[in-house]
Amino acid sequence: MISIHGLTKRYGTNTVLDAIDLDIAAGERVAIIGPSGTGKSTLLRCLNYLDRPDSGVIRIGNLTVDAATARPADILALRRRTAFVFQNYSLFANKTARENITEALITVQRKPRAEAEARADAILREIGLADKAGAYPAALSGGQQQRIGIGRAMALDASLMLFDEPTSALDPEWVGEVLDLMRRVAERRQTMLIVTHEMQFAREIADRVIFMDGGRIVEQGPPTQIFDSPQDKRTESFLRRVR
Amino acid sequence: MRALDLDYMLGLVPVILGYVPLTIGMALAAMVGALMLASLMAVERVVRVPVLDQFVQLFISFFRGTPLLVQLFLFYYGLPQVLPVLAGIDGVTAAIIGLTLHFSAYMAESIRAAILGVDRSQWEAAQAVGMTQTQSMRRIILPQAARIAAPTLVNYFIDMIKSTSLAFTLGVTEMMGATQKEAAGSFLYFEAFLVVAVLYWAIVEMLSFLQKRLELRLNKALVR
Repeated sequence: MISIHGLTKRYGTNTVLDAIDLDIAAGERVAIIGPSGTGKSTLLRCLNYLDRPDSGVIRIGNLTVDAATARPADILALRRRTAFVFQNYSLFANKTARENITEALITVQRKPRAEAEARADAILREIGLADKAGAYPAALSGGQQQRIGIGRAMALDASLMLFDEPTSALDPEWVGEVLDLMRRVAERRQTMLIVTHEMQFAREIADRVIFMDGGRIVEQGPPTQIFDSPQDKRTESFLRRVR
Repeated sequence: MRALDLDYMLGLVPVILGYVPLTIGMALAAMVGALMLASLMAVERVVRVPVLDQFVQLFISFFRGTPLLVQLFLFYYGLPQVLPVLAGIDGVTAAIIGLTLHFSAYMAESIRAAILGVDRSQWEAAQAVGMTQTQSMRRIILPQAARIAAPTLVNYFIDMIKSTSLAFTLGVTEMMGATQKEAAGSFLYFEAFLVVAVLYWAIVEMLSFLQKRLELRLNKALVR
């Protein structure tokens, strides 16, 4: 169970996240949609403190992190329960595909090297990149890099996987393979929070769709409700524009 | 113009070559020391520890702002008068320490720039998988910064090898000191200094060759 209460982020006088309240059940797959610059990515980045929120409480299982009191140890603990998939992949440029996956298992989770490597090899097979184990990110296509990015996140066995527009930076030809992989992750009932512009994908895999605008959650519900009979005018007009 | 005494020059080569190990040894020792000190200062300059930061800035400013020869004299001839513990220091040690401090100031700035040159997303990725600041720096950022800084650092090493010749002013008989002594005996100054010049040049050329090999190795992660 994940619970977010009053999460607020300001840049100067601009309130990017305005007291967000959100509960996510274990195994729930939540998609966040909405216009650019409405705080969707900021919400994700505040959930693992890549951006420090100004106020608000995040609860994941028995861990509670309050922005008012969060110390470095709390932030580390929070990050170790979440996994993040970046829009621009952000693979470690000095590590091979396989090392990208083993790195955190060895340095953060303190797993023995052999165990970490076995896990990485299993994941590489699963994401269909076993033959690229020794390749450096610069030698991989965008789609391959993002599949490694997702593989790196899968390996962490995090309570919550955060996806920040994982297909937005991809050439159209690579979008399909990345969405396919995310679909497979979703099928395992991994708790996922996905910021996306892929409406069809959101409709297909999400248990709940959240529409954000102006730093707030405007409307949320099952995909059929949000996509087929939106209640709020802003949701309706946004969906009309992206269709 | 008189003809060069080629026999004298050829005879001088093995004599001066005998001092190459000392020259390279001093440069290597100072390089290792300077790299460690510079990395620490560079990381400090990036994370900015209060008070320590001002001290590091002052250190860098002083050692970049004064000539190496002045620093060596200050250290070898001056400091022992104020700090008697340094009284017994020999020229080689003093030169190594002087070169270390001097070059660490320059290298700290290159390494700092290289750290800042690593894409910000690399920091974020390291933080996102739960690495501590130290782990992120050591395992992700510094290796990539090393690749960026490598050409500049090798240049400093080349400069350092040539700067070891200043140790001769502290009474150290290294390549330059040995040449000076030989020339004073033979009065063939041009021949003697030409030989030592060519030998320095040869050492630096060999290093440039190694530099290319090193850069290829460091760039292996970037080859498509």
